[in-house]
Amino acid sequence: MSDTLLKVRDLKIGATVYPPGERPRDIDIVHGVSFDLAPGKVLGLIGESGAGKSTIGLASMAYGRGGVKITGGEVWINGRDILKGSHKDIRKLRGAEVTYVSQSAAASFNPAKKIMDQVVEAAVEQQKFSRKEAEARARVLFAKLGLPDPDNIGDRYPHQVSGGQLQRCMTALALCPEPDLVVFDEPTTALDVTTQIDVLMAIKEAIRDTGVAALYITHDLAVVAQVSDDIMVLKMGNTVEYGTVDQIINAPQEEYTKALVSVRSIEHEEKAPTEEPVLSVRNITARYKGTQFDVLHNVNVDLYPGQTLAVVGESGSGKSTLARVITGLLPPREGEIEFAGRKLSSDLNGRSREDLRELQMIYQMADVAMNPRQTVGTIIGRPLEFYFGMRGAEKKKRIVELLDEIELGEKFMDRYPAELSGGQKQRVCIARSLAAKPKMIICDEVTSALDPLVADGILKLLLDLQKIENVAYLFITHDLATVRAISDNIAVMYQGKVQRYGGKSKVLNPPFDDYTDLLLSSVPEMKLGWLEEVIAHRKMESAGN
Amino acid sequence: MSPIVKLLAQRISLSLLLLLLISVVIFAGTIVLPGDVAQSILGQSATPEALANLRAELGVNDPPVQRYFAWLFGAMQGDLGTALTSGQDIAQALSSRIGNTLFLAFWAAVVAVPLAIFLGLLAVRFKDRWPDKLISAVTLASISIPEFLIGYVLMYFIAVKMRWAPSVAMINDSMSLLEKLHSIALPVAVLTLVVLAHMMRMTRAAILNVMQSAYIETAELKGLNAFQVIYRHAFPNAIAPIVNVVMINLAYLVVGVVVIEVVFVYPGMGQYLVDHVSKRDVPVVQACGLIFAAVYIALNMFADIVAILSNPRLRHPK
Repeated sequence: MSDTLLKVRDLKIGATVYPPGERPRDIDIVHGVSFDLAPGKVLGLIGESGAGKSTIGLASMAYGRGGVKITGGEVWINGRDILKGSHKDIRKLRGAEVTYVSQSAAASFNPAKKIMDQVVEAAVEQQKFSRKEAEARARVLFAKLGLPDPDNIGDRYPHQVSGGQLQRCMTALALCPEPDLVVFDEPTTALDVTTQIDVLMAIKEAIRDTGVAALYITHDLAVVAQVSDDIMVLKMGNTVEYGTVDQIINAPQEEYTKALVSVRSIEHEEKAPTEEPVLSVRNITARYKGTQFDVLHNVNVDLYPGQTLAVVGESGSGKSTLARVITGLLPPREGEIEFAGRKLSSDLNGRSREDLRELQMIYQMADVAMNPRQTVGTIIGRPLEFYFGMRGAEKKKRIVELLDEIELGEKFMDRYPAELSGGQKQRVCIARSLAAKPKMIICDEVTSALDPLVADGILKLLLDLQKIENVAYLFITHDLATVRAISDNIAVMYQGKVQRYGGKSKVLNPPFDDYTDLLLSSVPEMKLGWLEEVIAHRKMESAGN
Repeated sequence: MSPIVKLLAQRISLSLLLLLLISVVIFAGTIVLPGDVAQSILGQSATPEALANLRAELGVNDPPVQRYFAWLFGAMQGDLGTALTSGQDIAQALSSRIGNTLFLAFWAAVVAVPLAIFLGLLAVRFKDRWPDKLISAVTLASISIPEFLIGYVLMYFIAVKMRWAPSVAMINDSMSLLEKLHSIALPVAVLTLVVLAHMMRMTRAAILNVMQSAYIETAELKGLNAFQVIYRHAFPNAIAPIVNVVMINLAYLVVGVVVIEVVFVYPGMGQYLVDHVSKRDVPVVQACGLIFAAVYIALNMFADIVAILSNPRLRHPK
């Protein structure tokens, strides 16, 4: 065998796009990328969305998602240019020499089949192993990946195991046929931060023990630094920088890489609570209809005018439920909510139009929170009509003001949501909520779906607007870097309870309780060897979501 | 009780309730309808006394609620009453005809269902290429042409010109199965053409919908070929909608064959119903209505039960 397993030369990938109101046209997604991967080595592909990293990963299996087509270049695996192979050659390659681990194992497992059937399928179908051998191998892999009850977990259906466990099963699926190369496509992105560490460690050890080579695709440089030997930084389908992990992290050459490596640039001084709180959540206990257990237990938090309260926690901690209770979508079993000096009706139907106007909301998915058939002007103008009865020139003037505040400007007024980028869409949603002149905005994971640099811009905008409009934010997030960047007060939630609550400096500094310690230490840091260090110093097991 | 047993029990009791409600509607409907049975039996020249006597004899004068319960309890015991016009026992007259109708529907289903699903799979495999378009065009054309026309066209070419099958689908108990099948070949062919398109297109749509899922990509990246991907990974997740449309079409095969039975002079329930509707024979119409309703409800219930059972989340709770 030669000393390169995967050799990619001048890879060009294109697709046909269908812009609204225009003719379909062909665009280039990847403009000539080249790299080498030796057996047993790990190459990290990193970049923001649209950089082409997943597309390149799938191209190494001669696969194009949707209308994506490989338009030029060479992909050599084990000395063969797979792009010149027939359909049959390519089928023999997939699932045998190269396998794939996707971002969402929950969606990538067939819900109608047992896990074991799916894990061994490629190995058996490609005649690498007999069914019996493959199952034995799968059990060994299950154990190696730290799955509970490795002998029997394969008899379960995908919905019967947790997200983190399923992601490990997916890794077992990829390793089962003894491939030469595994493509990991954001394998830990959808997981909670404390679970991410476990899966990351499991993947790293599995790669080391099986001697397989890997392409590791992610947008998180701190994560890729833990598992890779080399890193390639991509932007808009071009190679920005390509080097060893040590060089990229410790001595980046390009401006773009430096921006990715540098930690969040936002500095926000914590403000002390001054006046009466705008929102007081008192002894809230809540459960969902038809269930037998409380998802919130006796929650107490305050939010002060013009300040930000960050509610941080992992999935299932109850942070989104708290938002539902405050907005009136889920009337609590016990407790009450005071808002702007008055008691709020626990049920949405009992709230006045003033209550609704003063308490606005921004969502994680900006594109589904807007009517795709309305223009930006109509979307932002709607609350102006609804709450203030504005019409005609007056309304237009205010819309333009708001568009200026979110740094988009008047030219965006007649555009449709489909013509905007992710960050621009979120800005429009911010303008829509500001149009109501609220006292408080609930921001539910508003930057989670955005690339880091774009998210940074949104956070800066939110802080600037807070100074101008004196609006308070209840900021729900799982991302501790975001919390650090913008909060004045922090509530750490764990299993429906407020685990830790107070000013930012108090909450984020020792002495910690065990859970906050686990949560804070699980945030990947941009340094080599961090993963091993943190695993060695753990006091508490992760929630295992 | 496990959730799946509870769901199934709910679904089955709902069906029984529905059947009961429909029995009320059928009974009420035939009472509300204008017309006089006695008059239609005796004709225009009947004397008023004769009409009054006949009405009393038929029990038409009793209060409706009493008549409904008498009819319902009778029906539950298999006694559907006697036909007004002929004085025959309805249950007895119907039993052989139901058998014939089910026989025809069964063989039409045996041909049509696997064929429709296979064509649906084929259409997915060659999506937007000529086999897909050809299948769609042919099945759509066959559903668009009225079934009696297809019946007569087939009769002309296959029965009259080529003499492969008889044009009149008479069957009786003394025939062997093979003879019976030969006899009903033409009506089965027509029924198959009529129900094929609907089932085929639903199979295609349901599977194409599933083909968008991420786990299909996983299967493709395992190096499976297109048929393996469709058959192993897409089809099991598309069963519920497919079974639903199959059951609706099976119900159609049983209750909607009136026209075909008339065209091919087939001794099934449809023709019996048509004969007695024209004679205003209310008990026969009620009995047929009840049986048709029961068939529809039972088949749809079966479809829902399959849908519940095919859902792994319900079959294997956490």
